[in-house]
Amino acid sequence: MTLVWLILIPLIGGLLSWRGERMAPAAPRWIALVSMLVALALSLWVWATKDFSFTGAGFSSVAGPPNWTIEFRATWIPALGASFHLGLDGLSMLLIVLTNLLGVMAVLASWRDIDRDAGFFHLNLLWNLGGVVGVFLAVDLLLFFFLWEVMLVPMYMLIALWGSDAPNGKTRSYAATKFFIYTQASGLLMLVSILGLAFVHYNATGIVTFDYHDLLGTTMSAPVEWLLMLGFFLAFAVKMPVVPLHGWLPDAHTNAPVGGSVDLAGILLKTAAYGLLRFGIPLFPHASIEIAPIAMWLGVAGVAYGAVIAFSQTDIKRLVAYTSISHMGFVVIGIYAGTEAALMGVVVQMIAHGLSAGALFILCGEIHERLQTRDLREMGGLWTRLPYLPPFLLFFALASLGLPGLGNFVGEFLILTGTFVVAPWVAVVASTGLIFAVVYALIMVQRALQGPVRGAVADAALKFADLTRRELAMMFALVILLVGLGLYPQPVIDAVRAPVQAFGAIYTFPAAAPTAAGVAP
Amino acid sequence: MNEQVLALMPLLVTTATVVGSMFVIAVRRDHDLTGGVTIVGMNLALLSVLVSWIATDGHAIAVTGLMLVDSTAQFAMVLVLVTTLGVLTLCPAYFNGYRGHREELYLLLGVGTLGALTLACASHAATLLLGLELLSLPMVGAVAYAIDRPRSIEGGVKYLILSAGASATLLFGLALIYAETGALDLASLAGAIASAGLGSPLVTVGAAMLLAGLAFKLSFVPFHQWTPDVYEAAPLPVTAYLPTVVKVGAFVVALRLLHAGVSSASPLIVSAIIGLALASMLVGSLLALRQSNLKRLLAYSSIANFGYLAVVLALPGVEAVRAAGVFLVSYLITSLGVFGVMTMVSSPMGRHDHEDIDEYRSLLWHRPYLAAILIAMLLSLAGIPLTAGFVGKLAVIGVGVQAAQWWLVAGVVVASAIGIYYYLRVINAVIRNVDPDAERVAVAVTWVYRASATMLLLATLVTIWLGVYPQPLFVFGRYLAFP
Repeated sequence: MTLVWLILIPLIGGLLSWRGERMAPAAPRWIALVSMLVALALSLWVWATKDFSFTGAGFSSVAGPPNWTIEFRATWIPALGASFHLGLDGLSMLLIVLTNLLGVMAVLASWRDIDRDAGFFHLNLLWNLGGVVGVFLAVDLLLFFFLWEVMLVPMYMLIALWGSDAPNGKTRSYAATKFFIYTQASGLLMLVSILGLAFVHYNATGIVTFDYHDLLGTTMSAPVEWLLMLGFFLAFAVKMPVVPLHGWLPDAHTNAPVGGSVDLAGILLKTAAYGLLRFGIPLFPHASIEIAPIAMWLGVAGVAYGAVIAFSQTDIKRLVAYTSISHMGFVVIGIYAGTEAALMGVVVQMIAHGLSAGALFILCGEIHERLQTRDLREMGGLWTRLPYLPPFLLFFALASLGLPGLGNFVGEFLILTGTFVVAPWVAVVASTGLIFAVVYALIMVQRALQGPVRGAVADAALKFADLTRRELAMMFALVILLVGLGLYPQPVIDAVRAPVQAFGAIYTFPAAAPTAAGVAP
Repeated sequence: MNEQVLALMPLLVTTATVVGSMFVIAVRRDHDLTGGVTIVGMNLALLSVLVSWIATDGHAIAVTGLMLVDSTAQFAMVLVLVTTLGVLTLCPAYFNGYRGHREELYLLLGVGTLGALTLACASHAATLLLGLELLSLPMVGAVAYAIDRPRSIEGGVKYLILSAGASATLLFGLALIYAETGALDLASLAGAIASAGLGSPLVTVGAAMLLAGLAFKLSFVPFHQWTPDVYEAAPLPVTAYLPTVVKVGAFVVALRLLHAGVSSASPLIVSAIIGLALASMLVGSLLALRQSNLKRLLAYSSIANFGYLAVVLALPGVEAVRAAGVFLVSYLITSLGVFGVMTMVSSPMGRHDHEDIDEYRSLLWHRPYLAAILIAMLLSLAGIPLTAGFVGKLAVIGVGVQAAQWWLVAGVVVASAIGIYYYLRVINAVIRNVDPDAERVAVAVTWVYRASATMLLLATLVTIWLGVYPQPLFVFGRYLAFP
């Protein structure tokens, strides 16, 4: 039941904070904060007390079906062979901890940002978080798809209702609709693939099922495997996002409220990487190995493209959004490189990026709150005005560029060394991304913080307030976590060692070559 | 009680209801009374279906050679009666604002429902035509009911002429097949259609004409042009009735005549249906994109949705029919919800209905509950999980994948992706807050208002419940398939 509670706490908290608005205007915030803290505590308790070290966790092993640290199963749609099946291993546990942590941050970041309909806002935010936790737990493909789509509507509402219209003329409803259509259309492709896989399995065995355990190791002909794999790959590539399917991301970020941006960059993008790791590759090992070089080069393209475009942005939030594309490019490379080091790097990178991008978006929101603009051309000389905000911006910019000692460095370094073994050229070209990262991160710092006081900074001089205690607490928490992850990543690595090794086995010991006699759907 | 009488009880009760409400109108014109009599009668009819369903336990009962009450018929009758009741619940609140005679509308809807029930049970060409006309002719009156509105007469006449043309085409098609086979019962007709090919030109031409006639009733592209105009012209409860009850009746006939069941279908007919399905879903979705009138938008959305449903006609096997059952249930509930919200927003009836998307702007802040229902229903139409609409689409895509009809599956996916855009446009308008200090609209809560609200709330709960736990839908959808 622990797993069910992990999903239910945010959902119930959301409903309560929605209704709570009638009692007191501040009630929704407190209810949301408390429920996210409870969820965080529960997930940390799971981390502290459960054993994540046995082999084959979460993926099929030589010995048989996947093992889970905690598993839950209940009947759901027997007519279709779909069950309410949840499973938790080290990988999902870490991502759930990250989700709940950033959930707390998102609630805190929205404390002053959201000034109307706070109840409905927190309903959407918490339901989105609950859906994400569900995605990290579901091991029934139909249930996974359900929860995958459940994340969408609340996110759409967050952008469409509490977003801001961007200065470049794109309205928030435009951005929200674009986000929705991109994800939904690619999601439908995944649905077709899921159904196709289920029917291939049905034709081979006569059993209708959507269960991950049963569908792993389904034999099929090479073309069928390719087609089905592409459905999954496209859905995850849109969400990741992999260039050239990233069109929704900058707009969604530019128009989203702060809490929504934290949620989007810190958590939602990770669901795609998780989906690839859990489903996209293990279900279609042969096709995935074949597509790996292409995917890695797409990752390289993302690294370089995101960095170059980020450099030329004038909107600070859009700049941070493009850096996400760059960082998630590393994740794609690491996933498809498939060595143990690279996969460890992927996990660390996901967590580090969640923390650093979340922090940067919060800082963007705070700058916007104070200056009423996000245009870098309107900023300058912030450092002379404020004692606290600029050093934090500098710190997280440095984290983003991969400064040794911080979590992002560990992630990117592991990914690159792990990749070099199998695809040296990919690693070589991708490491140029680290140089680009220095350029965009420093240009952001330079334009916003340094130089003479001008633009909006000069105008807003009178009503300037530095970070409040709430904001300082958030920033310090994120700083400590990021430094901790950089200096002592061992707890994280221990937790995911078993799943990473089991996953890596897909690449190192490809099972029997695809049988030509596989069954066409 | 005689088994046959029991099986026919729903039709008898409905007939009695129609006669009864006519009698009530003759004695005393009273809006509430007439509406009440019709609603009670329909409830009794629904009850009698359920009783006969349990009593016959799913085995088919032939009533003379003309009607066959099997589990398909009973399933369809339940759908028709439940949807009719949903629409009837909306009527009192809405037509309170009408200055002309309000009572005859219930008569028209009652006769239409009788026609739909007849179609559900028809096993002979004669009953088929009888049912079709019983269903179509009252609709002409119902579409043109609000006679003081500028577009009513135009809509009514358009529906009259085109619907008569379609019936004639269908009749001609039946006659051609009859000329070849000499049989008029639907089973032999279906058998003849299944063997249609270039070797038997008469049957093939007949089947084509029959298909065209049915395609008109179901508004498949390219027989769809009347749909948006007529939906726009009709008063809102009637608009709600058209894509639901009328289409269910026609779809059951299409299922009996065109669906191959376990035997193999004629490849010619199958490819024609595939063409119609693809055209309907794609053209319907594309044309809906630029609509600013919600009624027209929903008309095109219904064209697209029946395009998804037509997929099922092209696929053999019991599984396909079960998918059709699942889809129909989810579509009916959802449509009822959407049109119900529109009707309540437009009640009591005024010079024109609230049908422009702009009129729904910031509804969420004026009437939060109605707006929430509308959003849920639109998401269901778009096929987003946690709603019944997703389950319907899942069932259709599922059988499509199983039969490896990749073009159809691709069509459903593309059309759904386009669909999201126009549903989101409406949702966007609903949640857009133009005036931050917007007041909630206070509505006098009378019993009629409360009845509509209860119906809508029920529809929403069912939509979400079936979306979260679709097992019952798959169990009951199966009844449409029993041979």
